[in-house]
This record gives sequence, structure tokens and C-alpha cells, in this order.
Amino acid sequence: MNHKLDFTNILQESPGKRGETDNGKFEFTYKAEITNVYPLTDTERLYQVQIIDEKKRSQFTFRPGQFVMLELPGIGEAPFSISSSPVRHGDIELCIRRIGNLTNFLAKVERGTQIGIRGPFGTSFPLEEMYGQDVLLIAGGLGLAPLRAPIFSVLENRSRYKNVNIIYGTRQPSELLFTYQYEMWRKFDIDLDIIVEKPDDGWDGEVGLITKVLKDKYADKKDRLRDSTYAIVCGPPVMFTFVCDMLREGGVPMQKMFVSLERRMHCGRGKCCRCNVGSTYTCLKGPVFDYWSIMNMKEAI
Amino acid sequence: MIFKILAKQEMPKLFQVMSANRIIGPVEKGADRNGKTIYAFEPVSQFEKLRLDYTTTSRPAKSYFLPSKETLCTFKVTPQGWDKYVDFNIHEPHIFFGLHACDINALNKLDKVLMNTKYPTPYYTAKRKNMFIVGIECMPQPFCFCKSMGTDTADNGFDMFLTDLGDKYMVEIESARAYNFLENVETSDPTEKEHEEYIACIAEKNRNFCIDVDTTDLTKILDMEFHSDVWKQWGDKCLSCGTCASVCPSCYCYGVEETVNLDLQSAVKTKQLYSCNLLDFAEVAGGHNFRPESGTRLKYRYYHKHRGFVEEFEESLCVGCGRCDESCLADIRVPEVIKSVRTGKREKTESGES
Ligand SMILES: Cc1cc2nc3c(=O)[nH]c(=O)nc-3n(C[C@H](O)[C@H](O)[C@H](O)COP(=O)(O)OP(=O)(O)OC[C@H]3O[C@@H](n4cnc5c(N)ncnc54)[C@H](O)[C@@H]3O)c2cc1C
Ligand code: SF4
Ligand code: SF4
Ligand code: FES
Repeated sequence: MNHKLDFTNILQESPGKRGETDNGKFEFTYKAEITNVYPLTDTERLYQVQIIDEKKRSQFTFRPGQFVMLELPGIGEAPFSISSSPVRHGDIELCIRRIGNLTNFLAKVERGTQIGIRGPFGTSFPLEEMYGQDVLLIAGGLGLAPLRAPIFSVLENRSRYKNVNIIYGTRQPSELLFTYQYEMWRKFDIDLDIIVEKPDDGWDGEVGLITKVLKDKYADKKDRLRDSTYAIVCGPPVMFTFVCDMLREGGVPMQKMFVSLERRMHCGRGKCCRCNVGSTYTCLKGPVFDYWSIMNMKEAI
Repeated sequence: MIFKILAKQEMPKLFQVMSANRIIGPVEKGADRNGKTIYAFEPVSQFEKLRLDYTTTSRPAKSYFLPSKETLCTFKVTPQGWDKYVDFNIHEPHIFFGLHACDINALNKLDKVLMNTKYPTPYYTAKRKNMFIVGIECMPQPFCFCKSMGTDTADNGFDMFLTDLGDKYMVEIESARAYNFLENVETSDPTEKEHEEYIACIAEKNRNFCIDVDTTDLTKILDMEFHSDVWKQWGDKCLSCGTCASVCPSCYCYGVEETVNLDLQSAVKTKQLYSCNLLDFAEVAGGHNFRPESGTRLKYRYYHKHRGFVEEFEESLCVGCGRCDESCLADIRVPEVIKSVRTGKREKTESGES
């Protein structure tokens, strides 16, 4: 008699399994091509990335605030926020800062390079919930990259929102990202404030921190902030602590303020634990959190 | 559940039948410096090598389902692009002969986060689905606190479970596959007297626990005591060596690395089990480390095991096997750490050192 146990092939086991519980999905990578790269500053570049398979490209959908894992075989894999409009599906843009292994390598690749994309992962900004309200979009430094997807969404659905104000600050004028788009945003009836900490000779705009703009513009608008304003804040942790505290004092309810957290990530699927804050997985429950959740998470800020 | 009585003299035959498959079980590996026998889970081909009376193994059977290093995929790189090849690294079923309840419960817990969840990990799932488990009842060791963690018995997650009744075993049969194997040997239905022997055996086990950990409201207390001084005190002792995670049957966190092979035409993506106590666990590009002090990393380990997991699955991720306590060179022990968080002070350890 044969006493050998049957081998279970988990890929054949339950062909009905799809989507989130599909075992074949874990290491699934979309093949994508970097169709264009251009430098935005000394350290940041914008990558236009296109999923090669036409059908998969049009089926790829994401919500503003979500991120992808970009993989370069043999070099590494890392998370990046999608920085383009959701209506463009799998024809995405990523704004990437050169800072380590993978990103330094990426700074050298040319257009035409084939990369891998996994995702989209994570939570998003609840833009539908914000319909009919004022929207405050605040970014510091590289924080403009994750903010661009919601900005595009708001622009494309401009009629659904009341006042839209983008406040963007960097240390120096040379660090400002997407300068070529500011004029267009303004024309689309967006109130855009740009502020830098350290002006150079050519700078004739505002000088100071983002909180200065907030103070100047919203100090006497407590009621409006409380009743009809949603805020999205992206940037380095120090910045959003200050900004969120000020917004809260100004009247914006905690559950109407959203931030995007950055942590180390090796899987994007709640398995490697590297992204945990307290005991919350940033890749699953975040990266977008409302401020109430942030206050409730140990070691978030 | 079906119970049968299996005479010990039938065991070699049962083993023989099962050995048409690869069998992993506890074997003797030598002795530690105090003369205590060291056991390990290894492939076994002869029944005599199997030590079903083992106390514990210094390492869990984790290397068979969560290897410390594992290839996630390989790439073939061409000038035009690349192709990715994924293999889950398991090609035959494995029989685990002689797992204690704690280790079975550790697997059940891992199932919750790695298999029966959103985004299952196929590398684990594929191995887990090809496990056949023979559990065996054990006697508590001085470092065991599974009873406090509710993991001293295994209700499921095995194929059959043996309880030693002297010259025979009470066999609990959980799967048809186990039943099929047992049809090749002589078994009998348990008598009323054998039921009593079984109950007496479990009662004896219960009497032998010497550590009790109070886990009442632990999730809340961990939150309240987040800034407690004891974390710094334990952190000052901790060597950040990561041994505790590597000997833990339920620790699963990892890192991923990609390397190009020397031929420059292929590459490999490797997963390596990690430990949250290691310095760069939460370090991001640019050098910022979210947990630079050893105390915050140690705290995070407890936070994940005794709070985060409980919040999500209503049970702790620790099974009280005591392996981390036994192997920690800094004498950091789970029961003492939990107690200190509850009382707000670290008590002197038995050796008198603080
Ligand atoms: C949700 C999210 C969105 C992000 N969006 C952007 C973006 O739009 N633009 C941008 O420039 N950067 C973004 N980052 C940061 C970006 O992931 C890191 O800069 C990147 O991982 C650096 O990789 P490296 O190999 O160059 O650095 P190295 O320091 O060599 O890192 C090695 C590995 O460590 C891990 N790692 C290191 N730092 C981070 C980090 N900050 N976050 C996650 N994993 C890390 C990665 O697995 C990385 O491959 C984002 C991070 C997160 C978590
Ligand atoms: S607790 Fe002990 S085993 Fe764990 S990292 Fe610290 S010194 Fe090492
Ligand atoms: S934390 Fe320690 S006692 Fe708990 S399961 Fe892991 S090794 Fe065993
Ligand atoms: S990135 Fe791996 S768990 Fe979140």
C-alpha cells in the first residue's frame, strides 16, 4: 500500500480565490517601463512609469494617497507614493528623492528601463467625504509628492469642492518641486501659497514656516475651520506635528485631518512588521491616517 | 473527535508506515554545560532516534516553515528586461512527529496572520498546507508558562495527538489522514478506566507548572505604562542581539534583500527573518531611526506580542514556551518583564543581580 501523503499545491487548491486572498498575488509584479525621467531638483526626479501590458494598465486602479512598491531586480524594492491622477490608471508618476541604494541607482537609469511595480497598497485620502467642503492641502518638502494625487483629483472634480487652498513650504527656493505646475493650479481656482525658510537672491515670495501662512490666513476663521474644512498634511514628522497642532487649535476636528506616515517597509502586505507603529501596520492601516488615529498610536510622532 | 488507545509496542510500526514521507522529529543533540540534554528538530529515519520524551528543543521547528533565509524569487536579466520566477520552496509533504502543544499553538497563531488573512504569505501557506502533525503531551519545565498564555493544550492544528499513559498512548485523531495511518496498526477503543488515566495525567501536568504570569488587562496596562521607567531598565540590560526572536516559534518579522549574481544575468530576492531588537529594524533611508534606544525596541517586541496581536486576534502572540527566556544572555525573561510593567518596578532576579 502506498502511504505517501498527497502534496497540496496551494495555487491549484482553490481556483476561486481571487484578489486579496490569492496566494499567487504575493510576489506578483507588474512589468513596467520608465517612459520618461526628468529632474525636478538636484535630488528629486519625476519618473513616468507605464505598466507594459495594455489591459493590465487600464485595469490598474488606485486611490489618491496609496503607494506602490517599485522593484529593480537585483538592486532592491521600496515604497513610493503615487504622484499622478487616478484617472490615468497604470500610467503613473513617481517623484523620487535620491537617498540610498535603490534610489541612487534609479537616479542613473535612462528612459526605457524595465522595472517592476507591486500594489497599489495602503489607505487613501477620503476625497468623496470632502465634497461640498473647503479643502486645505498642506505639504512640506517632499510631502508634495504624495499630495499631488489628491491635488489632481480635486482639480478634476473642482466643482465638488468649495475653497481649495494649497500651502507648500520648503527650506530653500531651489528645493521647490513642480514649479511648472503652480500657474495651472492657480488658473484652476486654487489658492496657492508658497513659502520658503531661507530665501535666495531671486526670491520675492513669502519667507518663513508653513505655520506662518496658517496663522496669517486662518487665525480669525475658527468657525469656518471647524464647520466646513478638511485638511490633508504631508511632510516630515516635525512639520506635521506643528501644523496639525495649529489646525486643531484653529478648530479643525481631528477626524477631518489626514496625514501620511513614512516607515521602513519590506513587504507592503502586513507581513514583515518593519512598518509597525506601536502595533499598527503602516502599510495596511496607513500610510494615510486621520489625526485621531495618530494620537492613539504609540510612537507615531 | 475520535480517541483510540495505541500500545507503545505498535509505535515502530506506525513510524514505519509513515516513513514513506519525510519525518521531522525531536532528536538528542548533546548536552549543555550543566549536563542537560539538548534536543533539536531534525529529519528522522529510524524510530529509535526519535525522542518523544524530550523536554523541549532549544530552537523551534521554525526552520521548516519560516526558514531564517529564503529565496522569494529569482530573476533572469536580459538587455531588454527581465523575467521573475517564483518558487514557494516546498515540494513534498512533511510529517512533524512529536510537537508539543505550545509549538502547535504557535503555528495556529501564525496561521492567523500569515495564512488565513488578507494577503496570505504563500511561502508559509504552501509549507503549512503540507504539514502532517503528530502532537505529544509534555510535562512543564521550570521555564514554561504556557498555561498562563492559554496554550498548554492544543484544540486543533494537528492530525493526531498522543498522551502518554505508561505502556500506551491515548490518541486523539483529528484528520482522516491520521485515521488512515492508524488503520495499519492495532488500536482499541478507550475504556472508562483509560479515560480516568488520561484525566489523571492532565491533572498531574497542571500541578507541575511553577510560573504564573498575570495577563489580566495586559493590553491596557501596556498602553498606560508606555512611558514606564522599567523599559529603559530592561533596555539597559538588553544586548540587542535578536536571539529571542530567532528562537521564538511565533516571531515572523523579516527583511528583504536583492542581489545580482556574479554572471550579471540573474538576480535573487532573499527574505531573512529579522528581530525587532536589532538596531536598524525601524531605520529608514537618510539614517532616521524610529527606535534608536534598545529599550524602545524591547518594548516594541512586547507591544507586538502582548498587545497588537491581542487587539487583532483576541489572543497573545506568545505561547509561553520559555525558549527566549532560556536563551537570553542578559537574563531577560518574559514573566519578569510583564510583572515589572504591571508593578512599575523591576524586581531583583534570583541571582541577586539587578
Ligand atoms: C508609504 C511611503 C511612501 C513613500 N513615498 C515616497 C515618495 O513618493 N518619494 C520618495 O522619494 N520617497 C518615498 N518614500 C521613502 C522611500 O521609500 C525611501 O526613500 C526608499 O525606501 C529608500 O530606498 P533606498 O534603497 O534608496 O535606501 P536605503 O537606505 O539603501 O534602503 C534600503 C531599504 O530599506 C528600506 N527603507 C529605507 N528607508 C525607507 C523608508 N523611508 N520607507 C520605507 N522603506 C525604507 C527599503 O526596503 C529600502 O530598499 C516613501 C516611503 C513610504 C513608507
Ligand atoms: S532580550 Fe535577550 S535575547 Fe532578546 S535581544 Fe535582548 S539580550 Fe538578546
Ligand atoms: S516570546 Fe518567548 S516564551 Fe513567548 S513564544 Fe516566543 S520564545 Fe516562547
Ligand atoms: S511593510 Fe511589511 S508589514 Fe508593513
